[in-house]
Amino acid sequence: MTYTALSVISIVVAVVVDRWVLRTRLTSTAGWWSAYAIVVFFQLLTNGWLTGRGIVRYRSDAIIGDSHAQLLGDGRLVYAPVEDLGFGFGLVLLSCAVWRWLSRRDEAARTETS
Amino acid sequence: MNWLQWSYVAMLAFCLVGTLPLTHLFGLDVLRRPARLAATVLLAGGPFLLWDLWATHVGQWSFDAAQTLPPRVLGLPLEEIAFFVVIPLVGVLTHEAVLAVRAGVRPPWWPGRRHPEPSREEAR
Repeated sequence: MTYTALSVISIVVAVVVDRWVLRTRLTSTAGWWSAYAIVVFFQLLTNGWLTGRGIVRYRSDAIIGDSHAQLLGDGRLVYAPVEDLGFGFGLVLLSCAVWRWLSRRDEAARTETS
Repeated sequence: MNWLQWSYVAMLAFCLVGTLPLTHLFGLDVLRRPARLAATVLLAGGPFLLWDLWATHVGQWSFDAAQTLPPRVLGLPLEEIAFFVVIPLVGVLTHEAVLAVRAGVRPPWWPGRRHPEPSREEAR
């Protein structure tokens, strides 16, 4: 499967886990979207470093654009393939959702025992 | 070994330098919950690491040997494995810091600062 397809799947899976599996529903909160806005800004910077310098390189048949890293266009956003946005969104949403889910469980356990 | 090989490490260091101080600034308990943090890294970072291993092995992406440190684990630079620890951590720290700010917590140097409230779980 291409990175393009997997990137979209990553977004869908993370949203499904947040909303219906863990029921953390962070995607309904202004707090999470504010945090994501900050994260995605720094993702563009740090990922631009990784991809613009060619620390990470992509094969052209896996992504929308070709393997040449350009600042903008041809499926690239600040040198990184746009697919990285799906990867990052999925990873960050899943991380925050799991953390919040575990926090809630810990608290519930604490109130039960006290 | 030359400085170029630290290029990927530099990016990870930048992420940590930017977010670790949030724990102090907003009184976050994230680093005081190592078990919860480890579980989060495992459950959230784990699947993405497996994806990364697969994508690297089929050649969808690759890493420049000149800009990464020499050690490889399952074909990945150590930095790439550290990525799946660092990014979940910085994501959680950013989110928790935003929740703290929305609950009224301010840095120690903030004018007219209120004391951080321990219960900001309801703040969204």
